[in-house]
Amino acid sequence: MSITDLYWLPKQTTTADQLRKLASAASVEWSELTRLAAERLDFVQTNRLDKIFTKHFTAVNPPLELSAKPVRLAVLSSSTTDHLLPAIRVAGLRRGMFVTTAIGDYGQYLQELGDPNSKIIAFDPTAILFAFDAQHLFGNAGFATSAEDGRALVENALQRVCNAWKLARERFKGLIIQQSVLPTAPGIIGGNEHRFPGSLASLIDSLNTGLRSLADAEGVALLSLDKVLMSDGLAAWHDPGLWHRAKQEISPIAAPAFGDLVMRLIAAQVGRSAKCLVLDLDNTLWGGVIGDDGLEGIKLGQGSAVGEAFVAFQSFARDLSRRGIILAVCSKNDEENARSPFAKHPDMVLKNEDIACFVANWSDKAGNLRSIAEQLNIGIDALVFADDNPFERNIVRRELPMVAVPELPEDPSLYARCISDAGYFEALQITKDDLQRSGQYRANTQRELLKASHTDLVGYLKSLQMELRWAPFDRLGLQRIVQLINKTNQFNLTTKRYTEQEVLAVMDDPEALTLQLRLVDCFGDNGIIGIVIGKPQGQTLLLDTWLMSCRVLGRQVEEATMNLTVEEANRLEKNILVGEYLPSKKNGMVREHYKKLKFGLKEEKSDGSTLWQLNVPDYQPFPTFISIVRAQHD
Amino acid sequence: MTKDEVLSQVSDIIRDVLDQPELQVTMDTTADEVEGWDSFNHINIVVATEASFHVKFNTAEVEELKNVGELVDLVLKRLASKK
Repeated sequence: MSITDLYWLPKQTTTADQLRKLASAASVEWSELTRLAAERLDFVQTNRLDKIFTKHFTAVNPPLELSAKPVRLAVLSSSTTDHLLPAIRVAGLRRGMFVTTAIGDYGQYLQELGDPNSKIIAFDPTAILFAFDAQHLFGNAGFATSAEDGRALVENALQRVCNAWKLARERFKGLIIQQSVLPTAPGIIGGNEHRFPGSLASLIDSLNTGLRSLADAEGVALLSLDKVLMSDGLAAWHDPGLWHRAKQEISPIAAPAFGDLVMRLIAAQVGRSAKCLVLDLDNTLWGGVIGDDGLEGIKLGQGSAVGEAFVAFQSFARDLSRRGIILAVCSKNDEENARSPFAKHPDMVLKNEDIACFVANWSDKAGNLRSIAEQLNIGIDALVFADDNPFERNIVRRELPMVAVPELPEDPSLYARCISDAGYFEALQITKDDLQRSGQYRANTQRELLKASHTDLVGYLKSLQMELRWAPFDRLGLQRIVQLINKTNQFNLTTKRYTEQEVLAVMDDPEALTLQLRLVDCFGDNGIIGIVIGKPQGQTLLLDTWLMSCRVLGRQVEEATMNLTVEEANRLEKNILVGEYLPSKKNGMVREHYKKLKFGLKEEKSDGSTLWQLNVPDYQPFPTFISIVRAQHD
Repeated sequence: MTKDEVLSQVSDIIRDVLDQPELQVTMDTTADEVEGWDSFNHINIVVATEASFHVKFNTAEVEELKNVGELVDLVLKRLASKK
């Protein structure tokens, strides 16, 4: 169970043969590579897979049919990192992401960033990873006899790191990642090392603490190796012999894990972290089989160690749900049996209302997972499926390679650790909306009930008493706006991604239209569910971005938003609205969006993208049951 | 493990790291005579050997390795002291 082994990935007996086969193949499929990357590979196998990958796919010859934009990662480091790049690229493959890398000359990162002709600038990275070792940051001395001198050393090091970020910010829009400093220094005091703040071990500790708040303030993502180290130990990551021999601060053994940790952050930023944990029931949420053992027979709760282990796992799942991860159930069971513990067992931590989608039947799980994704309106690649049964896991992996299926350890005490270590749900920050999401899904269930009680849609919509509260972009909503722009895939007309800086830039443009839309109804606040960005072009307002959360589909939000957009176009004195649709793998549902909103087709390009036009003065507002309100900030 | 068994396993590691499935490896093989066996791959071969046999070599021992035979002997020495 060590992170450096990627123990949550399945070990397959066919890996070696596959690698050999692909190495000599004249052509390979992208899907063959991504499948292989989802298996547990050691560093040698990782390097071999990367060799095959880089032989067949390059920046000028990228794979077709990508579901995410290509990633160009620049690694700027004070020590040797060449040996880590293959693992980063393979971790990209594991996520269906095409990653190319560039590396700065050893320790030359300031020059690389400052020189407009450097190869890093020419590479035009979409993400930058900084990795500095303690020796580099503290100099060879790395020691202070007084607390003040120690603080000064730390301050100075933090300043240098921050300068590198600022230099990068001036030139790049993308994600900046800072690796925390590896605590490689042996202590010279002991358990109370911190009482001597000038020792190298203490300096590194203080530096990492400082980095956390600095990174928060500067919008930099931290690669917290110092924390990850705690589960496998320093020796699993760092070999002093290799440091002296080759200035490799991270051992090749740990390269696959390093690559995975880096790509988690990048995937999180572009909205490719998983969104939903789908749980099996028997021997996953409780011990035993509910259909055979009955409510009294299953192992759950106080009284047995195994029963407590299942409670702990449920608590972990509940905490995930509290921070915005959707929970679903997929179990081979009679529904009544399957639901009974949720309603009646006193030791169940998870309750019926925690589960956004509950599927218990005797059909195959792959089909059920597909329907769960559909019902929740999320991509199937946003699912993580936790099942104790290796047979079910393998079928799902074969049928649905895009679903993450952790190789759960046999002991339920280790389930939570495994899912956490796998990093499926990596997030760069947690917004207020994340914290409310599980409540929102519960409210959705209530809305469904209300809908069932109304025989007609009109009566239902009326009874919801909906309010669309809107405001131009502001700093208060910034995090959620950036998050929505970067992770909405389905109801997204152009799938244009914006960094925080780019959002700030459009916010400052008085001619631009920016709308953040919040939907409130009698069951509560759905949070920010829609974003519109319009860019001025003479008399025209070009709708550069229009996206919505699929949670609020079928509730006339599109029409209400359209009414509002036209009002705003009038205010900005624009006569023409132009809407753009850029097809992606996932946004087929909005192909006709502008047509439904009475735009006329203006242009259709060979790549399937379309431009739509609407004359503002001719516009007749759509009748809706939503009142439009300018938000008053609290 | 016999010397031949260790040599066979080490040879597999070398072939995998260098990605040369047909490479012939003997006790006398040296890095210089094998294409692609540079300092970068040398480290990978040593580290992969350590991992594969669950042993650890000393910094000095690694620096002194002259050919595959010495690597095999080093593995055997470590395996013997494990017992």
